[in-house]
Formats: sequence, C-alpha cells, structure tokens
Amino acid sequence: MSLDDVLGLFNYWMVIVLMMTGLYIVVSRGNLVKKIVGLNIFQTSVFLLYISMGKVSGGTAPILTGKPEVYSNPLPHVLILTAIVVGVATTALGLALVVRIKNAYGSIEEDEIQTMDLVAESEAETTGHRR
Amino acid sequence: MIAYHLPILQIVVPLIAAPLSAFCRRAGMAWYLALIICAASFAISVALLVRVLDEGHISYLLGNWAAPWGIEYRIDAVNAFVLLIISGMGTMVLPYARVSIADEIEPHNQALFYTCYLLCFAGLLGMVITGDAFNAFVFMEISSLATYVLVALGAKRDRRALSAAFTYLVMGTIGATFFVIGIGLVYMVTGTLNMADLAARLQGLEQNRTALVAFAFIVTGIGLKLALFPMHLWLPNAYAFAPSAVTVFIAATATKAAVYLMLRFLFTVFGTDYNVLGLTLTYMFTPLALAAMFAASTVAIFQFEIKRMLAYSSVAQLGYTVLGISFASVTGLTATMIHLFNHALMKGALFMAVGAIVLRHGAATIDSVRGLGRTMPWTMAAFVAGGLSLIGVPLTVGFISKWYLVAASLESGRWPIAVLIVLSSLIGVIYIWRVIEAAYLEKPPEGRTAREAPLSMLIPTWGLVGANIYFGIDAELTSRVAGAAARLLLWVAP
Amino acid sequence: MIDTTINFALLLFLAATAFSILRRTTLFSVVMLSGVFSFVSALLLVHLDAVDVAFTEAAVGAGISTVLMLSTLALTARHEAPASRSRALPLIVVFLTGLALIYGTLDMPHFGDPSAPVHTHVAPRYITATATEIGIPNIVTAVLASYRGFDTLGETTVIFTAGIGVLLLLAGTIREPTGLRITAMDHHLVLRVVTKVLIGPILLFALYVQFHGDYGPGGGFQAGVIFAAAFIIYALVFGLEAARRAVPGRAVRWILAAGVLMYGGVGVVSFFFGKNYLDYSALGATATAGQHLGILLVEFGVGMTVSAVMVSTYYAFAGQNRPIGDEEW
Repeated sequence: MSLDDVLGLFNYWMVIVLMMTGLYIVVSRGNLVKKIVGLNIFQTSVFLLYISMGKVSGGTAPILTGKPEVYSNPLPHVLILTAIVVGVATTALGLALVVRIKNAYGSIEEDEIQTMDLVAESEAETTGHRR
Repeated sequence: MIAYHLPILQIVVPLIAAPLSAFCRRAGMAWYLALIICAASFAISVALLVRVLDEGHISYLLGNWAAPWGIEYRIDAVNAFVLLIISGMGTMVLPYARVSIADEIEPHNQALFYTCYLLCFAGLLGMVITGDAFNAFVFMEISSLATYVLVALGAKRDRRALSAAFTYLVMGTIGATFFVIGIGLVYMVTGTLNMADLAARLQGLEQNRTALVAFAFIVTGIGLKLALFPMHLWLPNAYAFAPSAVTVFIAATATKAAVYLMLRFLFTVFGTDYNVLGLTLTYMFTPLALAAMFAASTVAIFQFEIKRMLAYSSVAQLGYTVLGISFASVTGLTATMIHLFNHALMKGALFMAVGAIVLRHGAATIDSVRGLGRTMPWTMAAFVAGGLSLIGVPLTVGFISKWYLVAASLESGRWPIAVLIVLSSLIGVIYIWRVIEAAYLEKPPEGRTAREAPLSMLIPTWGLVGANIYFGIDAELTSRVAGAAARLLLWVAP
Repeated sequence: MIDTTINFALLLFLAATAFSILRRTTLFSVVMLSGVFSFVSALLLVHLDAVDVAFTEAAVGAGISTVLMLSTLALTARHEAPASRSRALPLIVVFLTGLALIYGTLDMPHFGDPSAPVHTHVAPRYITATATEIGIPNIVTAVLASYRGFDTLGETTVIFTAGIGVLLLLAGTIREPTGLRITAMDHHLVLRVVTKVLIGPILLFALYVQFHGDYGPGGGFQAGVIFAAAFIIYALVFGLEAARRAVPGRAVRWILAAGVLMYGGVGVVSFFFGKNYLDYSALGATATAGQHLGILLVEFGVGMTVSAVMVSTYYAFAGQNRPIGDEEW
C-alpha cells in the first residue's frame, strides 16, 4: 500500500471511524435520548461517505454557470438530501416515543424499562395461574 | 390507458389516499376510504400478476426518464406475487380492523390510524415493486416509520407497546442504515442504482472487495428488517403489543417484503454466479435458519401470552423461508415463495383469532383462553384450523410449504435437514396444543361471561381459514406462480 | 494540498466531537454536541461541493433536530444513568463491522478520482443534459425533482408519515390550553424586539430559498425548514398559545396533507396528457417550460409538507410541556 493509497482512502477511513462511533453509541448506551443521538451520528457519517464519493478533485458545486467547468457528482447529493429527510423523520418519531415512554414508565433508561417489563410479565403469569 | 399505468397506480392510489384520509375527521370515513383503496390495490395487483404471467416482465419509467437515469418500476412474477400477498392481506385486515381498532386504540387517534395504515401499505408495495435500489430504501422507510407508529398505538392496552416500538425503531434504523451503506458501496464500484443495471455491471467484479463488503452490508441490513435469527430481537414484542389488527397486517406482510428484497439482491442483483453467494447460503443461511426453527419454536413453548408465542413462531417460520433460500435451487426457492403466501394465510388466521380473544377478554393468555372452546367456539375453531396449518398437517397450506422444503432438501442430498424440518414441526404441535388444551379441556373461570366475536371479525378470520384449506388442497395455482418466480430468480428458462 | 488539509482538520474535529458525545453523561451537552457535529458536517459538505446538502444538514441537523431533542430533554431527563451492563460485546461487534468496512475501502476508487465509476456512468448525463432537458442551472434540483422526482415524492411521504406519527403519539396527551402563557419568554424585552425584527426577514428568506432552488442551493425542503423556524422562534418567545392563534393546529394538519397531495397530484396531471407519471414535459408549451413548471409545483408541495410537519411536531412537543422556568436552563 503506497502513500498515494493512504491519502486517497484516508477520507473514507475517517468517515468509517465516525460511523462506528455512532453505531457504538447506539448499541452500548442504555439512555434512549443518547441512542437517538447515536443514530444521528451514525446516519450523518453515512451521508459523509456518500458525499465523499461524489467529490471530483478540482470540481465545483453542480450548479451550471455557463462556463466549462468540472462539476462534482450531483447524484449522491440528491440521494443524501432524501436520506437527511428520512433521518430527521426517524429522529422526530423516536423522540416522540421517548416522551411517551417517560410518561408511561417514568424512566428513559433501557435497563430500568426492561426490568419493569420483566416484573410485569412474571406478575401476570403468577396471578394468571393462581386464579 | 389505465392498463398501461397499472404499475404506478398500484403505489400512487394508496399513496395519495393517505393524505386524503388525513382530512377525514371521523374514523368511519377514514376506514371506508382505506377499505376501498386497499380493495382497488388488490384488484390492480391481480391484474398485474395475470399480465406478467402472460407477457413476462413489465417496465414502467417514472417521469418517462429512461433507466438507469430515472427510476424504473420493474414487475415480474416474483414481485407481482409478493404485491398480491401484501395487497390481499391489507384488504382482508380492514373489515376485521373496524371493531378491533375501535376497542384497542384511543378514540381521538382512530381516524389518523387509517392514514398511517395506508402509508404502511403503500410503503410495503413501493419497496417491492421498484427496480431501483435507492427507491426501495425510501419506500422501506415509509413502511417502517408507519409500522413503528402502528405498533406504538398498542399502548392503550399495554405500555410495553411503546418500548417495543422504540426497540423496533432503533433496530430497524440500524438495518436501514446498513442497507444504505451497502447500496452506497455498490454504487461506488458500479455507478448505478438501477437493479438490472447493477446486475449487469457487477459482472466481472466478483473479486472486488468493495462489492464484497457491500454484499455483506446489504444482507445484514435486510436480515435485520426480516428478523433473520439472531437479529429477530425486535420482533416478538412488536408483534405481541401492537394492536391486534396491526399484528395481523405486519405479521402477514412486513417481513415478506423484506424477504422479497433479500431474494432480489441475492439472486437478481449479485446473481447466482456471485462467488460468495454459495458460501453465504451454506455457512450462514442454513445454520441460522435451522437455529431459528428450533430456538424460536422452543422459546414459543414457554410463552404465557399467545400473541408473543405466535410471534416467536413467526421467527421460526422465517427460518423455513430462509432455509428455502439457502438451497438456491428451483424447488427451494419455490418453497420460499409459496411459504411467503402460505405463512401470510396461516399467521393471518391465527392472529385474527387471537385478536378476537383480546377483544372479548382484554388479553389473550394461556389463562384467559380457558374454556373458550365453549364460549367462543367459532374463534377457537379458527385458531385450531390455523394451528394445524402452522404445524403442517395435510390438506392445509402448511403441508404444501413443508412438502416443498423437504423435497428441496432431499433433492440437494441433505436428508438430515429434511428430518430436522419434520422434528421442528413437532415443536409447533406442543405450543399449539397448550392453547387447545386450555381452551377445550379446561373449565372457564367462575363468573366469566364471554360472547362469540362479532361477525365483522369472524368472517375475515374464516375467510383466511378457508384459504388455508383451499390452497392446501389445490396448490396448483400457487405452486405454478411460485415456481415461475423461482425460475426467474435463478435465471432458469421456464 | 490546502483542500486535503481542511478535509482532514474537519474530519478530526468531527471525530473529537463524536468521542466527546460518547463519553459525556450530561444529556444537555450531548445534545448540543450533536448539533455541533451536524454543523461541522455541514461545513465539510460545503467543502465537498455539496452545497444543497450542507444547507439541509445545517437547517435540519443543527437546527430542527436540536430543538426537538432539547424539548425532549425538558420533558424527560437531564442525565444518563451510569452503565450497568458490559460493553464488551457491542465493542467487539462494532470493531469487526468497522474492520469489514475498512477492508471494503481497499478496492475503492480514490477520493476525488474523476475516472471513478460514479463519475463515468449515469451521472454525466445529468451534468451534460440538464441544461437542454430541464433548462435550469441547479443540477441537484433537476435530478431531485425530475430525473429522480419519484424518490422525492417518497421523501415527502416519509416526512408526512413522521408528522402523522408524532400527531398520533403525542397529540392525545397535549395539555388543555390553560390561557396562561407560562412557557413564553415575552417578558424579556430584548428577545421580544429581536424576534419581531427577525421573523420578517426569515420568512422572506424562506420564500427566496423556495423559489430560487432552480438557480442556486435551496428548494422546498430547505425553505420549509426555514419557514418553520420562523414560527418556532415566535412560539418560543411569545408562547405556544400565541403561535396557535396565528396558525391553528388544524390548519397545520391540512397543509401537511395538502403538500403531499400537491406533489402526487402533479404526477396525476401527467396522466391526462397521456404521459407517464411525473412526466412534467406535458405541463407547458415546450418540454423545458413544462419541466420548469412541474419542478416549481412539486417543490412547493415539498415546502408545504415540510414546514407543516416541523410546526406540528413542535406544537406536539411543546404542548406536552410542563413549564420550564428560565433558571432551569
């Protein structure tokens, strides 16, 4: 692997580090708001991956100027505009669920919620069988 | 003219009806609109299936931009069949939903519920009909977001619907993001998003490491969406705590659409010649499918809540579906395709029967079904029929699915798998028997007055039971379509 | 060289922000840092020539998402509970996933390479033919609203779904209007004056972004977010009741649906001219005139739905509010 390869791929590697940090936040943290933040970081980093591949060296933003110019690839931009919207839609729904969960459970920590669910389950079973 | 535009009408009709229904202030009106729209969609998908069986594939260019520059709808026997399953089940659920939804979700939410239902319906159809990889992602997210909301609406009955919906949202979004990463990588090495064009341009890239990782991410991403064992953890609670009508709908359709997408990417986009396909199928899909069949069925035995028991059974059934894929043979894929249809029928009937119990008793647990054989005879009989089909008793659709699966495993020379299929069915006998035992052999608790479910719920339930038996006796039609789909996927001449 | 340096610097800054988010347990700083992350991403996106995307990321990631997250924090919790479970398994899974991705980069075309497949297949047509086929300068808008206009209809539907979803989840629990404007901050004279001065230009800017999307960065989505921002600022300062008096919740719900109908409807109009769905060329005397009109209309639909979703989502979140005193922040 040459220095050229390293320089040519470094951008992608950094983006991968960002993506994985986001994913790690989602899977390792039990706080529901933090999970949503993690999902945001994960998705935003994927946006960077797409936009990085659309970049052309020496290129410019894909808006026609009438002069002959090198333009960066507009297609990833379009895809990511869509993906950003999907991302914010998911975030809004996720947060709405967090608010409802807080109202219903009094907690937004996954572990505490799971414990409450397990208790509810075993109670339902024991009272059920006793009857 | 209408015939020409049928492919896009399949999606646009429910897609435009959804915002229209948001103007309805009364739930009844929204329900009526949804029913008409879903029935129209079903009619369209029947027409499309008939046409593709006659003429081969149909292509429709959106905005009249030629593929791969614009988005193309591309319909063949494979997705036409899945469209039929989704629109058919979507229509069947609606008459059933009226009473059930009125009981299970908050009154002020009932009108918008049908908007959300239509969105989910349109999203599922959209991800199946499209020939463009990124467009599939967009519609997958429409259906996913709508599903998260639909599941969360079960919160009136049980707050666990909320945490189930949240888990589903997180896992589903991770899956979708993996899928998008995969699409991005494959776009990077081919420059295209059109599935047919992707298939052509991936030829010769067998050794490309970027394409290889793209393959892994696409399979994992879709795997999460289809609850491929052990990525199924979101599924049981989502099914168990969603409103009953929603459970029937998503159990019969959502994972089916994901299975379709998996088939499309494995066999059409990457193609049967792709070098790691065989390895993936043998060393990943076969063991995971077998693990799902046994582990999930075993867990199902110990469930107290019947909806959750059936949800685990769904994970096991997805194991059968994936097992069919793993043979990569015409018989195996026929088994998968036909099982998509059959499983929708059997799980639809079972979850409908359970939903009727929830309506009358507020819950469906092993405890609350005691003595129901006498007080809700029609509902329980439907459950028994659905259960027999799930187990795979002859004269039901379940038998047809298992027949093809066993045939595929014998054909590939892996007879131990055939034995395992039969063994895993026996586990199904145990958990279905638990319910039957409680319902027919135990006495109802003192002072319980229960009535039979209303006709609006019984008729769709028995409609599905009838279909379970009809297509179990005469599988000519379904196996012909499934066979045609399997040959298309494997690029085998009919 | 300077380009590379800027890239690396921004990426390192992003990584530092992400790690900091990972380690912090005060949710307020986590949320603010996530806004910073989006904002720095937007800078990087500008640097990578994706001006439209940068615009959107700044408006959405750093703007709307942060507002929603702060509203959520106000209703839920301020701190993350200490870890109670092992994080070894997630770490291993994430590490392996990352390694797989790095392995995948090895056959990637290098960053900026003009001969990469993405630059030689499909995309060149957009760059060369937009001028003649669509007739507008902003290629991103041309692809977004016409070549791949159906994706954008899907995208509008996604945001519509989220809007309906938030209504379904939260609207039922909105507290009855009390007549008291406890959440308002209108006793702050400076805030009140500044807001009144700002709202006009913001709305005007939104309109500019809406209708100038053909020529420069912008379009319905960005405009919708900016338009909603003006309302949210108003609601923050003068209170939710005042905002609801200006634009009632039901009107917002109508606009929400009307935007999607407008987009979908433009496509249906194409049918009546015997064209394929979303083929705008039938809408005008010439094909490019039709494209132009079609893009204008669908972008307007997008703007309507997006702004309405943002406003109704904000209403739903703010309507939950137990009053937050100034000193709590």
